Amino acid sequence: MLELSRITAGYDPRRPVVRGVSLTIGSGRAVGLLGPSGCGKSTLARVAALLHRPDSGTVVVDGDLARGARHRATREQRTAFGVVFQQPRLAADPRMRLADLIAEPLRATGRRGEAAAAVAALAERVGLSGELLRRRPHEVSDGQLQRACLARALVLRPRWLICDEMTAMLDASTTAALVAVVEDYRAESGAGLLAVGHDKVLLDRWCDETVHWDELSPQKIEPSGV
Amino acid sequence: MGDRVRTGVSAAVTAAAVLTVLAVPFAVPLDEQAVDLAAKLQPPSWAHPFGTDEVGRDLLLRSVYGLRVSLFVGVAAALAATVIGTAVGAAAGALGGWADRVLMRIVDLFSSVPHLLLGIFVVTMFRPGVWPVVASVVVTHWLSTARIVRAEVMSLRSRPYVDAAVSGGASRWRVTVRHLLPAVLPQAGLAAVLMIPHAIWHESALSFLGLGLPTHQASLGNMVQSARGSLLAGDWWPTLFPGLFIIVPTLAVAGLAGAWRERLNPRRRSELTL
Repeated sequence: MLELSRITAGYDPRRPVVRGVSLTIGSGRAVGLLGPSGCGKSTLARVAALLHRPDSGTVVVDGDLARGARHRATREQRTAFGVVFQQPRLAADPRMRLADLIAEPLRATGRRGEAAAAVAALAERVGLSGELLRRRPHEVSDGQLQRACLARALVLRPRWLICDEMTAMLDASTTAALVAVVEDYRAESGAGLLAVGHDKVLLDRWCDETVHWDELSPQKIEPSGV
Repeated sequence: MGDRVRTGVSAAVTAAAVLTVLAVPFAVPLDEQAVDLAAKLQPPSWAHPFGTDEVGRDLLLRSVYGLRVSLFVGVAAALAATVIGTAVGAAAGALGGWADRVLMRIVDLFSSVPHLLLGIFVVTMFRPGVWPVVASVVVTHWLSTARIVRAEVMSLRSRPYVDAAVSGGASRWRVTVRHLLPAVLPQAGLAAVLMIPHAIWHESALSFLGLGLPTHQASLGNMVQSARGSLLAGDWWPTLFPGLFIIVPTLAVAGLAGAWRERLNPRRRSELTL
Protein backbone atom coordinates (compact mmCIF):
# COMPACT_ATOMS: atom_id res chain seq x y z
CA MET A 1 0.00 0.00 0.00
CA LEU A 2 1.11 3.51 -0.77
CA GLU A 3 -0.74 5.92 1.49
CA LEU A 4 -0.52 9.69 1.07
CA SER A 5 -2.45 11.40 3.87
CA ARG A 6 -3.45 15.06 3.97
CA ILE A 7 -0.42 16.16 1.97
CA THR A 8 0.26 19.88 1.77
CA ALA A 9 3.32 20.65 -0.32
CA GLY A 10 4.87 23.27 -2.55
CA TYR A 11 7.92 25.41 -3.04
CA ASP A 12 6.88 28.31 -0.82
CA PRO A 13 5.23 27.44 2.53
CA ARG A 14 2.92 30.46 2.22
CA ARG A 15 1.54 29.32 -1.13
CA PRO A 16 1.43 25.52 -1.29
CA VAL A 17 0.47 24.00 -4.64
CA VAL A 18 -0.92 20.85 -3.05
CA ARG A 19 -3.35 21.38 -0.18
CA GLY A 20 -4.49 18.58 2.09
CA VAL A 21 -4.62 15.89 -0.59
CA SER A 22 -4.99 12.21 0.30
CA LEU A 23 -4.48 9.29 -2.05
CA THR A 24 -4.15 5.58 -1.36
CA ILE A 25 -2.98 2.96 -3.85
CA GLY A 26 -3.36 -0.73 -3.03
CA SER A 27 -0.41 -3.05 -3.56
CA GLY A 28 -0.01 -3.95 -7.19
CA ARG A 29 -2.76 -1.55 -8.24
CA ALA A 30 -2.45 1.03 -10.98
CA VAL A 31 -3.92 4.46 -10.41
CA GLY A 32 -4.06 7.19 -13.02
CA LEU A 33 -4.09 10.78 -11.80
CA LEU A 34 -5.64 13.26 -14.20
CA GLY A 35 -5.43 17.00 -14.05
CA PRO A 36 -4.66 20.16 -15.98
CA SER A 37 -1.07 21.37 -16.10
CA GLY A 38 0.10 23.40 -13.16
CA CYS A 39 -2.43 21.92 -10.74
CA GLY A 40 0.18 20.28 -8.53
CA LYS A 41 -0.06 16.67 -9.65
CA SER A 42 3.66 16.46 -10.47
CA THR A 43 4.47 17.84 -7.03
CA LEU A 44 2.25 15.16 -5.51
CA ALA A 45 4.06 12.55 -7.60
CA ARG A 46 7.41 13.81 -6.30
CA VAL A 47 6.10 13.67 -2.73
CA ALA A 48 4.93 10.11 -3.33
CA ALA A 49 8.37 9.11 -4.66
CA LEU A 50 10.03 10.64 -1.58
CA LEU A 51 11.71 13.27 -3.73
CA HIS A 52 9.99 16.28 -2.17
CA ARG A 53 9.34 16.91 1.50
CA PRO A 54 5.71 17.87 2.13
CA ASP A 55 5.00 20.84 4.40
CA SER A 56 2.58 18.60 6.25
CA GLY A 57 1.00 15.18 5.85
CA THR A 58 2.45 11.69 5.84
CA VAL A 59 3.64 9.15 3.30
CA VAL A 60 3.42 5.50 4.31
CA VAL A 61 5.09 3.02 1.98
CA ASP A 62 4.08 -0.62 2.46
CA GLY A 63 3.48 0.03 6.14
CA ASP A 64 6.66 2.06 6.73
CA LEU A 65 6.24 5.71 7.59
CA ALA A 66 8.66 7.79 5.52
CA ARG A 67 10.68 9.89 7.98
CA GLY A 68 11.88 12.31 5.34
CA ALA A 69 12.38 12.88 1.65
CA ARG A 70 15.42 12.64 -0.63
CA HIS A 71 18.53 11.80 1.39
CA ARG A 72 16.59 11.85 4.67
CA ALA A 73 14.68 8.81 3.51
CA THR A 74 16.57 5.55 3.74
CA ARG A 75 18.08 4.17 0.58
CA GLU A 76 15.70 1.18 0.78
CA GLN A 77 12.70 3.51 0.89
CA ARG A 78 13.93 5.67 -1.98
CA THR A 79 14.78 2.75 -4.21
CA ALA A 80 11.36 1.20 -3.63
CA PHE A 81 10.27 3.69 -6.30
CA GLY A 82 11.15 3.78 -9.95
CA VAL A 83 10.44 7.24 -11.32
CA VAL A 84 10.00 8.25 -14.94
CA PHE A 85 9.81 11.96 -15.67
CA GLN A 86 8.07 13.95 -18.34
CA GLN A 87 11.09 15.35 -20.14
CA PRO A 88 13.79 12.77 -20.79
CA ARG A 89 16.24 15.54 -21.81
CA LEU A 90 16.12 17.01 -18.30
CA ALA A 91 16.02 13.62 -16.61
CA ALA A 92 19.23 12.36 -18.20
CA ASP A 93 22.70 13.50 -17.17
CA PRO A 94 24.01 14.89 -20.48
CA ARG A 95 27.50 13.47 -19.90
CA MET A 96 26.46 9.82 -19.52
CA ARG A 97 26.18 7.22 -22.24
CA LEU A 98 22.83 5.47 -22.31
CA ALA A 99 24.31 2.23 -20.97
CA ASP A 100 25.81 4.10 -17.99
CA LEU A 101 22.54 5.95 -17.47
CA ILE A 102 20.65 2.67 -17.15
CA ALA A 103 23.33 1.10 -14.94
CA GLU A 104 23.71 4.16 -12.68
CA PRO A 105 21.31 3.00 -9.90
CA LEU A 106 23.10 -0.38 -9.70
CA ARG A 107 26.47 1.35 -9.40
CA ALA A 108 25.11 3.83 -6.87
CA THR A 109 23.89 1.00 -4.65
CA GLY A 110 27.11 -1.03 -4.84
CA ARG A 111 25.87 -3.66 -7.30
CA ARG A 112 28.34 -2.82 -10.04
CA GLY A 113 28.87 -6.50 -10.91
CA GLU A 114 25.29 -6.97 -12.09
CA ALA A 115 25.33 -3.92 -14.34
CA ALA A 116 26.37 -5.45 -17.67
CA ALA A 117 23.81 -8.25 -17.60
CA ALA A 118 21.02 -6.03 -16.29
CA VAL A 119 21.64 -3.35 -18.92
CA ALA A 120 21.62 -5.90 -21.72
CA ALA A 121 18.35 -7.45 -20.51
CA LEU A 122 16.59 -4.11 -19.97
CA ALA A 123 17.80 -2.62 -23.25
CA GLU A 124 16.27 -5.57 -25.03
CA ARG A 125 13.06 -5.11 -23.08
CA VAL A 126 12.65 -1.38 -23.85
CA GLY A 127 13.85 -1.81 -27.44
CA LEU A 128 17.25 -0.12 -27.47
CA SER A 129 19.97 -1.59 -29.67
CA GLY A 130 23.55 -2.05 -28.52
CA GLU A 131 24.70 0.73 -30.81
CA LEU A 132 22.33 3.27 -29.18
CA LEU A 133 23.57 2.31 -25.73
CA ARG A 134 26.98 3.72 -26.59
CA ARG A 135 25.55 7.12 -27.47
CA ARG A 136 25.08 10.13 -25.24
CA PRO A 137 21.68 11.76 -24.65
CA HIS A 138 22.17 14.50 -27.26
CA GLU A 139 22.78 11.86 -29.94
CA VAL A 140 19.42 10.10 -29.55
CA SER A 141 15.77 11.11 -29.96
CA ASP A 142 13.37 11.95 -27.11
CA GLY A 143 11.67 8.61 -27.54
CA GLN A 144 14.93 6.66 -27.41
CA LEU A 145 16.04 8.62 -24.38
CA GLN A 146 12.75 8.02 -22.59
CA ARG A 147 13.17 4.28 -23.24
CA ALA A 148 16.54 4.48 -21.48
CA CYS A 149 14.99 6.45 -18.61
CA LEU A 150 12.30 3.80 -18.19
CA ALA A 151 14.99 1.10 -18.18
CA ARG A 152 16.82 3.06 -15.47
CA ALA A 153 13.63 3.24 -13.41
CA LEU A 154 13.22 -0.55 -13.64
CA VAL A 155 16.82 -1.59 -13.06
CA LEU A 156 16.50 -1.87 -9.26
CA ARG A 157 13.20 -3.76 -9.62
CA PRO A 158 11.12 -1.23 -7.64
CA ARG A 159 7.88 -2.15 -5.86
CA TRP A 160 6.30 1.09 -7.09
CA LEU A 161 6.46 2.96 -10.35
CA ILE A 162 5.76 6.67 -10.57
CA CYS A 163 5.27 7.81 -14.15
CA ASP A 164 4.92 11.59 -14.31
CA GLU A 165 3.59 12.40 -17.80
CA MET A 166 5.91 9.69 -19.07
CA THR A 167 4.52 9.76 -22.59
CA ALA A 168 3.62 13.42 -23.00
CA MET A 169 6.54 14.10 -25.33
CA LEU A 170 6.22 10.90 -27.37
CA ASP A 171 4.44 9.66 -30.47
CA ALA A 172 1.66 7.06 -30.33
CA SER A 173 3.76 4.00 -31.14
CA THR A 174 6.48 4.83 -28.60
CA THR A 175 3.75 5.54 -26.04
CA ALA A 176 2.20 2.14 -26.67
CA ALA A 177 5.59 0.42 -26.46
CA LEU A 178 6.56 2.07 -23.18
CA VAL A 179 3.17 1.41 -21.56
CA ALA A 180 3.50 -2.23 -22.63
CA VAL A 181 6.94 -2.42 -20.97
CA VAL A 182 5.53 -1.00 -17.74
CA GLU A 183 2.60 -3.42 -17.80
CA ASP A 184 4.86 -6.44 -18.51
CA TYR A 185 7.04 -5.48 -15.58
CA ARG A 186 4.03 -5.04 -13.30
CA ALA A 187 2.53 -8.37 -14.35
CA GLU A 188 5.77 -10.15 -13.53
CA SER A 189 6.73 -8.26 -10.34
CA GLY A 190 3.40 -7.20 -8.87
CA ALA A 191 4.54 -3.58 -8.62
CA GLY A 192 2.04 -0.78 -8.09
CA LEU A 193 1.78 2.27 -10.34
CA LEU A 194 0.93 5.93 -10.06
CA ALA A 195 0.61 7.35 -13.56
CA VAL A 196 0.18 11.10 -13.77
CA GLY A 197 -1.10 12.64 -16.97
CA HIS A 198 -3.69 14.70 -18.74
CA ASP A 199 -4.67 12.14 -21.39
CA LYS A 200 -7.89 10.59 -20.03
CA VAL A 201 -8.20 8.00 -22.79
CA LEU A 202 -4.69 6.70 -22.22
CA LEU A 203 -4.96 6.61 -18.41
CA ASP A 204 -8.41 4.95 -18.52
CA ARG A 205 -7.05 2.15 -20.69
CA TRP A 206 -3.76 1.83 -18.80
CA CYS A 207 -4.86 1.95 -15.16
CA ASP A 208 -7.21 0.05 -12.86
CA GLU A 209 -8.80 3.31 -11.81
CA THR A 210 -8.46 6.93 -12.77
CA VAL A 211 -8.98 9.81 -10.39
CA HIS A 212 -9.26 13.45 -11.29
CA TRP A 213 -7.22 15.98 -9.33
CA ASP A 214 -10.39 17.84 -8.29
CA GLU A 215 -11.73 14.73 -6.55
CA LEU A 216 -8.66 14.69 -4.30
CA SER A 217 -8.73 18.29 -3.16
CA PRO A 218 -10.95 18.77 -0.11
CA GLN A 219 -10.95 22.54 -0.08
CA LYS A 220 -13.00 22.90 -3.26
CA ILE A 221 -15.89 24.37 -1.24
CA GLU A 222 -14.89 27.99 -1.38
CA PRO A 223 -17.39 30.78 -1.45
CA SER A 224 -17.53 31.96 -5.03
CA GLY A 225 -18.54 35.29 -6.40
CA VAL A 226 -19.65 36.79 -3.09
CA MET B 1 35.50 38.04 -37.67
CA GLY B 2 36.78 40.66 -35.23
CA ASP B 3 36.30 38.13 -32.46
CA ARG B 4 38.35 35.54 -34.30
CA VAL B 5 41.23 37.93 -34.90
CA ARG B 6 41.21 38.93 -31.25
CA THR B 7 41.15 35.31 -30.13
CA GLY B 8 43.95 34.42 -32.52
CA VAL B 9 46.15 37.30 -31.37
CA SER B 10 45.42 36.46 -27.74
CA ALA B 11 46.34 32.83 -28.29
CA ALA B 12 49.54 33.75 -30.12
CA VAL B 13 50.66 36.25 -27.46
CA THR B 14 49.85 33.82 -24.63
CA ALA B 15 51.71 30.99 -26.36
CA ALA B 16 54.72 33.23 -27.07
CA ALA B 17 54.82 34.43 -23.45
CA VAL B 18 54.63 30.90 -22.04
CA LEU B 19 57.24 29.50 -24.45
CA THR B 20 59.60 32.42 -23.82
CA VAL B 21 59.53 32.18 -20.04
CA LEU B 22 59.94 28.42 -20.21
CA ALA B 23 62.79 28.44 -22.74
CA VAL B 24 64.89 31.51 -21.94
CA PRO B 25 66.46 30.31 -18.65
CA PHE B 26 67.75 27.24 -20.50
CA ALA B 27 68.45 28.72 -23.93
CA VAL B 28 70.08 32.02 -22.91
CA PRO B 29 73.11 31.59 -20.61
CA LEU B 30 72.99 35.13 -19.22
CA ASP B 31 72.55 36.14 -15.59
CA GLU B 32 69.56 38.44 -15.10
CA GLN B 33 71.20 39.69 -11.87
CA ALA B 34 74.49 40.68 -13.56
CA VAL B 35 75.31 44.26 -12.59
CA ASP B 36 77.28 46.50 -14.93
CA LEU B 37 77.66 49.90 -13.31
CA ALA B 38 79.51 51.21 -16.37
CA ALA B 39 76.35 50.74 -18.41
CA LYS B 40 73.66 51.98 -16.02
CA LEU B 41 70.46 53.57 -17.35
CA GLN B 42 71.34 53.01 -20.99
CA PRO B 43 68.45 53.76 -23.37
CA PRO B 44 67.29 50.94 -25.68
CA SER B 45 69.98 49.86 -28.14
CA TRP B 46 71.00 46.75 -30.08
CA ALA B 47 73.01 45.50 -27.12
CA HIS B 48 70.13 46.13 -24.69
CA PRO B 49 66.84 46.25 -26.64
CA PHE B 50 64.90 47.38 -23.53
CA GLY B 51 67.82 49.42 -22.14
CA THR B 52 69.37 48.93 -18.70
CA ASP B 53 68.27 49.82 -15.17
CA GLU B 54 69.90 51.99 -12.52
CA VAL B 55 72.62 49.40 -11.81
CA GLY B 56 73.14 48.38 -15.44
CA ARG B 57 71.13 45.17 -15.49
CA ASP B 58 69.61 44.20 -18.85
CA LEU B 59 65.90 45.06 -18.79
CA LEU B 60 64.83 42.63 -21.53
CA LEU B 61 66.29 39.69 -19.64
CA ARG B 62 64.87 40.90 -16.33
CA SER B 63 61.43 41.48 -17.87
CA VAL B 64 61.40 37.90 -19.16
CA TYR B 65 62.40 36.56 -15.74
CA GLY B 66 59.83 38.84 -14.12
CA LEU B 67 57.12 37.53 -16.42
CA ARG B 68 58.21 34.00 -15.54
CA VAL B 69 57.61 34.69 -11.86
CA SER B 70 54.34 36.48 -12.57
CA LEU B 71 52.96 33.70 -14.74
CA PHE B 72 53.97 31.10 -12.17
CA VAL B 73 52.29 33.04 -9.37
CA GLY B 74 49.23 33.66 -11.55
CA VAL B 75 48.75 30.04 -12.57
CA ALA B 76 49.55 28.54 -9.17
CA ALA B 77 47.29 30.98 -7.33
CA ALA B 78 44.45 30.61 -9.84
CA LEU B 79 44.57 26.81 -9.64
CA ALA B 80 44.66 26.72 -5.84
CA ALA B 81 41.94 29.36 -5.48
CA THR B 82 39.74 27.49 -7.97
CA VAL B 83 40.14 24.17 -6.14
CA ILE B 84 39.25 25.76 -2.80
CA GLY B 85 36.42 27.86 -4.24
CA THR B 86 34.94 24.90 -6.10
CA ALA B 87 35.09 22.66 -3.04
CA VAL B 88 33.47 25.24 -0.76
CA GLY B 89 30.87 26.28 -3.34
CA ALA B 90 29.93 22.69 -4.17
CA ALA B 91 29.67 21.78 -0.49
CA ALA B 92 27.48 24.80 0.25
CA GLY B 93 25.27 24.25 -2.78
CA ALA B 94 24.94 20.49 -2.39
CA LEU B 95 24.40 20.38 1.38
CA GLY B 96 22.21 23.46 1.70
CA GLY B 97 20.69 24.41 5.04
CA TRP B 98 23.05 25.17 7.90
CA ALA B 99 26.21 24.08 6.11
CA ASP B 100 25.39 26.48 3.29
CA ARG B 101 24.70 29.36 5.68
CA VAL B 102 27.90 28.85 7.66
CA LEU B 103 30.10 28.48 4.56
CA MET B 104 28.62 31.50 2.82
CA ARG B 105 28.99 33.67 5.95
CA ILE B 106 32.68 32.72 5.92
CA VAL B 107 32.82 33.82 2.27
CA ASP B 108 31.09 37.10 3.24
CA LEU B 109 33.56 37.58 6.08
CA PHE B 110 36.52 37.33 3.70
CA SER B 111 34.80 39.54 1.10
CA SER B 112 33.99 42.24 3.63
CA VAL B 113 37.70 43.17 3.99
CA PRO B 114 39.13 45.12 1.03
CA HIS B 115 41.01 42.37 -0.71
CA LEU B 116 44.29 44.19 -1.30
CA LEU B 117 44.37 44.92 2.44
CA LEU B 118 43.73 41.27 3.27
CA GLY B 119 46.41 40.26 0.76
CA ILE B 120 48.91 42.64 2.38
CA PHE B 121 47.99 41.22 5.79
CA VAL B 122 48.78 37.70 4.57
CA VAL B 123 52.15 38.53 2.96
CA THR B 124 53.34 40.45 6.00
CA MET B 125 52.94 37.32 8.12
CA PHE B 126 55.75 35.57 6.20
CA ARG B 127 59.24 36.28 4.89
CA PRO B 128 59.19 37.75 1.37
CA GLY B 129 59.03 35.02 -1.26
CA VAL B 130 56.89 33.48 -3.97
CA TRP B 131 54.67 31.26 -1.78
CA PRO B 132 53.43 34.00 0.57
CA VAL B 133 52.42 35.98 -2.51
CA VAL B 134 50.60 32.93 -3.91
CA ALA B 135 48.90 32.40 -0.54
CA SER B 136 47.86 36.02 -0.38
CA VAL B 137 46.27 35.86 -3.83
CA VAL B 138 44.54 32.55 -3.03
CA VAL B 139 43.04 33.84 0.21
CA THR B 140 41.51 36.81 -1.58
CA HIS B 141 40.44 35.12 -4.81
CA TRP B 142 38.63 31.87 -4.00
CA LEU B 143 35.51 33.77 -2.94
CA SER B 144 34.00 34.58 -6.33
CA THR B 145 34.56 31.00 -7.53
CA ALA B 146 32.80 29.69 -4.43
CA ARG B 147 29.81 31.94 -5.16
CA ILE B 148 29.65 30.98 -8.85
CA VAL B 149 29.91 27.25 -8.15
CA ARG B 150 27.36 27.40 -5.31
CA ALA B 151 24.80 29.18 -7.50
CA GLU B 152 25.35 26.73 -10.33
CA VAL B 153 25.10 23.69 -8.06
CA MET B 154 21.91 25.01 -6.47
CA SER B 155 20.27 25.45 -9.84
CA LEU B 156 21.36 21.97 -10.94
CA ARG B 157 20.22 20.36 -7.70
CA SER B 158 16.56 20.67 -8.63
CA ARG B 159 16.96 19.14 -12.11
CA PRO B 160 15.03 15.94 -12.76
CA TYR B 161 18.28 14.07 -13.49
CA VAL B 162 19.39 14.73 -9.94
CA ASP B 163 15.96 13.57 -8.71
CA ALA B 164 16.49 10.42 -10.76
CA ALA B 165 19.89 9.83 -9.16
CA VAL B 166 18.46 10.33 -5.65
CA SER B 167 15.63 7.95 -6.42
CA GLY B 168 18.16 5.47 -7.78
CA GLY B 169 19.82 5.29 -4.36
CA ALA B 170 22.81 7.60 -4.96
CA SER B 171 24.36 9.05 -1.80
CA ARG B 172 24.83 12.79 -1.34
CA TRP B 173 28.52 12.35 -2.10
CA ARG B 174 27.82 10.44 -5.30
CA VAL B 175 25.24 12.96 -6.48
CA THR B 176 27.73 15.77 -5.92
CA VAL B 177 30.76 14.10 -7.45
CA ARG B 178 29.11 12.28 -10.33
CA HIS B 179 26.34 14.67 -11.37
CA LEU B 180 26.85 18.16 -9.96
CA LEU B 181 30.61 18.78 -10.09
CA PRO B 182 31.16 17.63 -13.69
CA ALA B 183 28.48 20.10 -14.76
CA VAL B 184 30.17 23.06 -13.06
CA LEU B 185 33.73 22.27 -14.14
CA PRO B 186 33.58 24.37 -17.34
CA GLN B 187 32.45 27.38 -15.29
CA ALA B 188 35.12 26.75 -12.68
CA GLY B 189 37.79 26.37 -15.37
CA LEU B 190 36.73 29.65 -16.95
CA ALA B 191 36.87 31.34 -13.54
CA ALA B 192 40.40 29.97 -13.11
CA VAL B 193 41.62 31.40 -16.43
CA LEU B 194 39.95 34.74 -15.73
CA MET B 195 41.74 34.77 -12.40
CA ILE B 196 45.25 34.43 -13.88
CA PRO B 197 45.52 38.07 -15.06
CA HIS B 198 44.04 39.29 -11.82
CA ALA B 199 46.56 37.25 -9.83
CA ILE B 200 49.41 38.68 -11.92
CA TRP B 201 48.25 42.23 -11.21
CA HIS B 202 48.04 41.36 -7.55
CA GLU B 203 51.60 40.05 -7.49
CA SER B 204 52.79 43.18 -9.28
CA ALA B 205 50.87 45.44 -6.90
CA LEU B 206 52.27 43.71 -3.81
CA SER B 207 55.81 43.84 -5.18
CA PHE B 208 55.33 47.47 -6.19
CA LEU B 209 54.37 48.22 -2.60
CA GLY B 210 57.57 46.47 -1.54
CA LEU B 211 55.64 43.69 0.21
CA GLY B 212 55.78 40.93 -2.37
CA LEU B 213 58.91 39.31 -3.64
CA PRO B 214 62.46 40.03 -2.33
CA THR B 215 63.56 43.33 -3.89
CA HIS B 216 66.57 41.87 -5.73
CA GLN B 217 64.41 39.29 -7.50
CA ALA B 218 63.48 40.11 -11.09
CA SER B 219 59.74 40.64 -10.81
CA LEU B 220 57.64 43.00 -12.86
CA GLY B 221 56.28 44.76 -9.78
CA ASN B 222 59.76 45.18 -8.29
CA MET B 223 61.08 46.56 -11.58
CA VAL B 224 58.31 49.15 -11.91
CA GLN B 225 58.86 50.09 -8.27
CA SER B 226 62.62 50.63 -8.60
CA ALA B 227 62.14 52.53 -11.89
CA ARG B 228 60.11 55.28 -10.25
CA GLY B 229 63.16 57.38 -9.41
CA SER B 230 64.58 57.31 -12.92
CA LEU B 231 61.16 58.02 -14.47
CA LEU B 232 61.13 61.41 -12.76
CA ALA B 233 64.57 62.07 -14.29
CA GLY B 234 63.13 61.45 -17.76
CA ASP B 235 64.31 57.85 -18.23
CA TRP B 236 61.14 56.19 -19.47
CA TRP B 237 62.34 52.72 -20.51
CA PRO B 238 62.75 51.08 -17.07
CA THR B 239 59.04 51.78 -16.44
CA LEU B 240 57.57 51.28 -19.90
CA PHE B 241 58.89 47.81 -20.82
CA PRO B 242 58.14 45.98 -17.55
CA GLY B 243 54.78 47.77 -17.57
CA LEU B 244 54.03 46.42 -21.05
CA PHE B 245 55.09 42.98 -19.85
CA ILE B 246 52.41 43.21 -17.16
CA ILE B 247 49.69 44.54 -19.43
CA VAL B 248 50.07 42.69 -22.76
CA PRO B 249 50.21 39.05 -21.54
CA THR B 250 47.42 39.60 -19.03
CA LEU B 251 45.21 41.14 -21.72
CA ALA B 252 46.00 38.15 -23.95
CA VAL B 253 44.99 35.65 -21.25
CA ALA B 254 41.87 37.68 -20.56
CA GLY B 255 41.09 37.64 -24.29
CA LEU B 256 41.34 33.85 -24.38
CA ALA B 257 39.07 33.60 -21.34
CA GLY B 258 36.59 35.87 -23.08
CA ALA B 259 36.52 33.58 -26.12
CA TRP B 260 35.98 30.59 -23.84
CA ARG B 261 33.12 32.38 -22.09
CA GLU B 262 31.48 33.03 -25.45
CA ARG B 263 31.60 29.31 -26.17
CA LEU B 264 29.96 28.49 -22.84
CA ASN B 265 27.23 31.04 -23.46
CA PRO B 266 24.06 29.00 -23.91
CA ARG B 267 22.54 31.48 -26.33
CA ARG B 268 25.25 30.78 -28.86
CA ARG B 269 25.40 27.08 -28.20
CA SER B 270 23.30 24.83 -30.36
CA GLU B 271 20.96 22.34 -28.76
CA LEU B 272 22.97 19.50 -30.24
CA THR B 273 26.34 20.36 -28.81
CA LEU B 274 24.96 20.58 -25.26
